[in-house]
Amino acid sequence: MNETPSKPDVSLAALKAGDRAAFAELVQRHYELIYRLAIKMLGNPQDAEDVLQETFIKAFKHIKDFDGRSSLSTWLYRIATNEALMFLRRRTPQTFSLDETMQGEDREIEPLQITDWCCLPEQELMSEEAQQYLDHAIAKLPVGLRLVFVLRDIQGLSTRETGEVLDLTDTAVKTRLSRARMQLRNELSVYFQERMTKGEEA
Amino acid sequence: MDNHNCRELLGTLSDYIDGALEAELCAQLEQHLASCENCRVVVDTLHKTVSLYQTTATKSSVPQGVRERLFSRLELEEFLKK
Ligand SMILES: [Zn+2]
Repeated sequence: MNETPSKPDVSLAALKAGDRAAFAELVQRHYELIYRLAIKMLGNPQDAEDVLQETFIKAFKHIKDFDGRSSLSTWLYRIATNEALMFLRRRTPQTFSLDETMQGEDREIEPLQITDWCCLPEQELMSEEAQQYLDHAIAKLPVGLRLVFVLRDIQGLSTRETGEVLDLTDTAVKTRLSRARMQLRNELSVYFQERMTKGEEA
Repeated sequence: MDNHNCRELLGTLSDYIDGALEAELCAQLEQHLASCENCRVVVDTLHKTVSLYQTTATKSSVPQGVRERLFSRLELEEFLKK
């Protein structure tokens, strides 16, 4: 996933043999994607950078154990996801348990706002402020939904790849993605509806 | 969203915008959409929500210095070119 077809994956044999040039190549190819995953999950550049570094330190240490059943990028995503979860757990230990991440995920998200804001001008939809609101809305998602949304819709992984990273079935990925998207749609509708009313007043 | 049908179909909208909804459900949903303004708005804004996130994702870049500090932390400075 995400590797251009013309470029073969970094040689696993070289990585396992401790070839530092091969490892540098692996880092170069994947660091942007891993950083983006981390920043979208954590919302904080410093934490995202720590997760990025820890991910490759762990990858370096554990490449011997990589069995090649998944692609290297899926494997890196798994490490990065676990690192990000550890950060979130450390940040709010009193409210964070794995069970808790599942809370609120078993109900359908009802559409609360029925306003058609699609017609807002692009500059309004893509403004700096809107961008911050989008990030804020992701941060409000329960962690289990946030992970699926970030991997599928931000990182562009397929349903199957997302399931591989998170050990979820296709159905579970789709259900969580649906809830995440519906919740985000609700959040964005509140925000953009206000923009529409303002537009009318002006 | 008081219509029973609307509620029933909520769970299919996400697959629908991905073009991944099975044919039978897809036909059922499209028939409903033809006569339900509310659900059309939900589908359109859901679609727009996802595409806004996708657009901003491709625009976001790694802040300056992150790559350098990463290579340095991994003791790979010698491979830091370009
Ligand atoms: Zn309806």
